[in-house]
Amino acid sequence: MHYDMLLLRFGEFTLKGKNRTRFEKAVLNHVKLLLKPFPGASLRKEFGRIYVVLGGEPYEQIIQVLKKVFGITTISPVKMAPAQLDEIVKTAVELMRELNVAKGTTFKVNARRVWKEFAHSSHEMNHLIGSPILREFPALKVDVHQPNIELRVEVREQAAYIFSEIITAVGGFPLGTNGKAMLLLSGGIDSPVAGWSSMRRGLEIECVHFYSYPFTSERAKEKVIDLARVLAGYAGRIKIHLVPFTEVQTAFTRTGQDNLMITLMRRSMLRIATMLAEREGALALVTGDSLGQVASQTLSSMNVIGRSTELPLLRPLVMMDKQEITEIAKQIGTYDLSILPYEDCCTLFVPKSPTTNPNLWVVQKVEASIRDLNALIEQAVAATETVVLEAGGAMEGRKEEVVQEDWF
Amino acid sequence: MRYFDYAATTPPFEEVITTIAEVMRRHYGNPSSMHRFGEDADKLLKRSREVCAAALGVHPAEIVFTSGATESNNLAIKGAAIQYQARGKHIVTVSTEHPSVYEACKQLTDLGFEVTFLPVDAQGHVSTEQVCDAVRQDTILVSIMHVNNETGRVQPLHDIGAALKKQFPRVLFHVDGVQGYGKLPVDIRGWQADLYSLSAHKLRGPKGAGLLFVREGVKLFPLLSGGSQEQGLRAGTENVPLLVGMSKAVRLAGERQAETARRMTEWRDRVVAEVKTIPQLRLNSGEEAPHIVHFSYPGMKAEVLLHTLEQLGVAVSTRSACSSKLAEPSRVLLAMGRSELEASGGIRISFGDEHTEQDIDELILALRQAVAKLESLERWKH
Repeated sequence: MHYDMLLLRFGEFTLKGKNRTRFEKAVLNHVKLLLKPFPGASLRKEFGRIYVVLGGEPYEQIIQVLKKVFGITTISPVKMAPAQLDEIVKTAVELMRELNVAKGTTFKVNARRVWKEFAHSSHEMNHLIGSPILREFPALKVDVHQPNIELRVEVREQAAYIFSEIITAVGGFPLGTNGKAMLLLSGGIDSPVAGWSSMRRGLEIECVHFYSYPFTSERAKEKVIDLARVLAGYAGRIKIHLVPFTEVQTAFTRTGQDNLMITLMRRSMLRIATMLAEREGALALVTGDSLGQVASQTLSSMNVIGRSTELPLLRPLVMMDKQEITEIAKQIGTYDLSILPYEDCCTLFVPKSPTTNPNLWVVQKVEASIRDLNALIEQAVAATETVVLEAGGAMEGRKEEVVQEDWF
Repeated sequence: MRYFDYAATTPPFEEVITTIAEVMRRHYGNPSSMHRFGEDADKLLKRSREVCAAALGVHPAEIVFTSGATESNNLAIKGAAIQYQARGKHIVTVSTEHPSVYEACKQLTDLGFEVTFLPVDAQGHVSTEQVCDAVRQDTILVSIMHVNNETGRVQPLHDIGAALKKQFPRVLFHVDGVQGYGKLPVDIRGWQADLYSLSAHKLRGPKGAGLLFVREGVKLFPLLSGGSQEQGLRAGTENVPLLVGMSKAVRLAGERQAETARRMTEWRDRVVAEVKTIPQLRLNSGEEAPHIVHFSYPGMKAEVLLHTLEQLGVAVSTRSACSSKLAEPSRVLLAMGRSELEASGGIRISFGDEHTEQDIDELILALRQAVAKLESLERWKH
């Protein structure tokens, strides 16, 4: 197929009155970012739409990339023709030829005259374009109600757009238009999905990951960086804060409260994430909690753990089944990474019987008994390493000593 | 001595050799080990997989590293046959396939599989109709090479793949891509291939490294059991230095494909034109793959011509290197309907991206001289 341009349509936020321009701008910026690897393509904005003029770049690849842009609901690859009837007919015939219609395929023409000075009305055009196509392709039949192919023609002053395909994109709100949140990203299946779901609602995400080097391998950390990089594929770029958690974690092992380990760890994680959120101007924490999935995700655990932060705690997956979460993980491309088997800080000191019903008062007492807990938490925040990941690209602010790109 | 046997093997890129040596020296860890040495090796392996996947337009998780094309082809064919034998025990392939496909299929007949070896036309082609007609209810696999290693014939993979997947979506489609990569455009997704084999040393990488593309969702019965390397499909410690070297060669060969093809096509056309002017020689092919010219000297044992050319400073080959030490006439030529006489006198000239105009001049001169020399011998020999 040969196309000149892609037409991107916006989703639900077009209803949002005054904020609309801001939303559109956010989509535009996001698209711009993702089009960087395609220097031939250029952008044009029109009311309620964005056009990507392909300039010889491969449209299929670009569609794959732009399908991930939040706020875009559908994408149509478009052929352009001068706004003259014979040129429009010629291009429409070409498009039908490239579609390679099988016998018995039904179609209709749906023409729109946006430029009112064009000589033919929309209704006339349906006939003027439809008849030559029918003559050219005897295999076609007309069906105005439920056609297999709806050939759309829009006549504008500068050009006419001809297209038939409408590809569904991810939808949602444009990136970052609903503020910023900190995602607690583990190496598991849930938290990347929680991150993606929040991004789709217009949240800008920064990731926080806790690692327990030297007890866990460098690979566990890298797995999470890889996961964040998948999310960066949706966001264009993403920040990840890597928190050394070993000291805090080992402080809890000394309390003798084995069954409270996870509760205590989670509370400290939320405290650290809150401090980072405040530093970075994020207004909420996002976790991959799903009600009842593990001991720390019972209602009673959630209560005790959640009280360690004053920020709103968003749990996009809280009512979802594991099956549904897994499906999304597969769709967004995090699943295969998530199932890689490395120890992470949460699996490291899992007690034999973690409590499903912790007592807030007891937990607070244990915390108070660790004299240097606050200092340890502050140290962890201070020693946090921040990495910026670009979509598909290499990392900033982090040297790759082992993998030397000139070897490949 | 000028080397014209690139279809047999190629001299590695200089930078590939340097890379392999460097990785061998610095990263000798076992990629499956948990410590830092292992992690480093694993990182390199992972990057190699990404580079190969990107060059082929597939996902990294779909790349299985092997020791070369023979292993890749065996894993694809036997692995699929054993895995899916409950679906049926019939395989379709072509009579001109490389021995690593041909013999693997033959071997399966000992295990109760049935194999249809499709005939080819005089040009060495198989048609989409032939393939589809051969597929039956119990067919599980169709294996067809991209470019023939002896004659350079190119099979219509787009058509075959499309027809197969449309009519028989459950039948797996394996492409032996060894001779095509780097010379012709490769379109694994477009061909709708489920399995695709490559060998590093045919594209200026190291010997002993190869890969098999296994489409997501396709299962294979592993031929080597042991550790869980390569997603359990191929046990054994990965040869990290060679695989890094291979990924570099795959990337370079892929990037240079169009330019390489353009230059090789020019030389090939010159040699073809020359062969046509020598009445003793009969051209078997030289119009399709840019890097192979194949002709026969009916009545002359190929080996005699080969050694004569060698004396004149030019190394060529008699058919595929894998079977050139066999005494029988070429199976591929016989399948194309050539006589035994012609099939025993086949000579293959194959080019590389490094050849120069001057190399080709020498080759042509040597060819003329060799034929003239043998012509005079022939008279008293008969």
